[in-house]
Amino acid sequence: MVHTFHCLDANIAVDVNSGAVHVLDQTAYDLLSLLDGPMVEHCPDEVAAQLPQYDRESLNCAWEDLYQLQQQGLLFTDDTYIDPEAAVLMQKDAPVKALCLHVSHDCNLRCKYCFASTGDFGTGHRMTMNVETAKKAIDFVIARSGKRHNIEVDFFGGEPLMAMDTVKATVDYARSLEKEHNKNFRFTITTNGILLDDDTIDYINENMSNAVLSLDGRPEVNDNMRPTVNGKGSYDVILPKFQKLVAGRGDKDYYLRGTFTRHNRDFAQDVIHIADQGFRNVSVEPVVGDAKYDYTFKEEDLPGILEEYENLARELLDRDDINFFHFNVDLTQGPCVIKRMRGCGAGCEYVAITPDGDIYPCHQFVGKEEYKLGNVYDNTFDMDISRKFAGLNIYTRPDCKDCWARFYCSGGCSASNLEVNGDMMIPNRFGCDMQRKRLECAIAMKAHRAGMV
Amino acid sequence: THVKTLNGATLKQSAAHGGCGECQTSCTVAQKCENNH
Repeated sequence: MVHTFHCLDANIAVDVNSGAVHVLDQTAYDLLSLLDGPMVEHCPDEVAAQLPQYDRESLNCAWEDLYQLQQQGLLFTDDTYIDPEAAVLMQKDAPVKALCLHVSHDCNLRCKYCFASTGDFGTGHRMTMNVETAKKAIDFVIARSGKRHNIEVDFFGGEPLMAMDTVKATVDYARSLEKEHNKNFRFTITTNGILLDDDTIDYINENMSNAVLSLDGRPEVNDNMRPTVNGKGSYDVILPKFQKLVAGRGDKDYYLRGTFTRHNRDFAQDVIHIADQGFRNVSVEPVVGDAKYDYTFKEEDLPGILEEYENLARELLDRDDINFFHFNVDLTQGPCVIKRMRGCGAGCEYVAITPDGDIYPCHQFVGKEEYKLGNVYDNTFDMDISRKFAGLNIYTRPDCKDCWARFYCSGGCSASNLEVNGDMMIPNRFGCDMQRKRLECAIAMKAHRAGMV
Repeated sequence: THVKTLNGATLKQSAAHGGCGECQTSCTVAQKCENNH
């Protein structure tokens, strides 16, 4: 399969199965766009007849170049990675290597789009995780991780800074077990920043390999969607705290993580605004929500959103100082193809654990009782549910099998599919269209930066 | 004359030596390989 597209004034071809990417002149682009399968050695008359604007010599020359790529294994390559029949078993009995640790099911903001129902995940019961449960979670992942050396724990919520005692005790406990079990724990934290003070900033910068800091963009955009419990805006409170945290971050990872909604479809301005406050690493991502809410996108919004992604890409061509997460695709040294085939790992490699010790396939499934995998106190782990998630990948989802972006997105998000379509197997088409556009922008930016456009 | 190759068959190449599972869990997989395979 070959995908051709035009973006940022570049004509580009992606050979889906090999990962090869080519920048084409107009003749080669028009020629390749007509083809849907392997090429013969010479340009057929019926193909040339469809491009009367070119003389035959030019077409033959372009055809020869494209045919040469095919002969080199860079165009119209086959997918020989896996027997599709075996795909359903690909992640079966995979070791658990990452936890989303819900140290708090409470929050000090009341974000309108929060999938955690402003912290309590719809339970009506606000609580924080005690140290005993957190230690049980660490014991669980050590026992379930097999020979995996690297283990990740993301402190999440709700708002994890409301449970800093548990966070610190968890880090100490995990570190105390690393040598004995030959593990390397990497901790990350996702916070709204309200409770940040100097001590907490220092602790995060010393102990967290990545910090995800929630801010939606311009003050009026952020404060409309992210009010405090008292209904006031949060922007002025959190911005200086995030600036202080990032100033002390050194070379450790962080992302300013925003959400854009139907209310700010000009989200490129929010990305630029965040960057202009001194933050290099920015991720502003589309909301996923029920159609009944006024902030949820409508079908007619899609063309404008895709155009806005290209506007953003064009602006970022001149801004080497901004690293926009979704345009950050490493063509040469990205994840291996095996990782790409597996997808996000939810329910098998990656699970979420609640303050009660309940285990769910990921943070977005918390509270959906039919997906509960078990509990860290009674050592239960429902392998039937886990295997159901293990069987969700680009080979088993029918829509993914025919999608050019499958090795980049790896099958998307099961929770999003369930939210939008009521079925984890059916991709959220609106989300897929945005995903494909982001990838086209990212690849076109690479072509520009390589001086090929 | 008509084509410039931006990237080679890196996916095919990664199939031969990838899959160690030590990389970061994504939670858009197209993340880093941390073992320089």
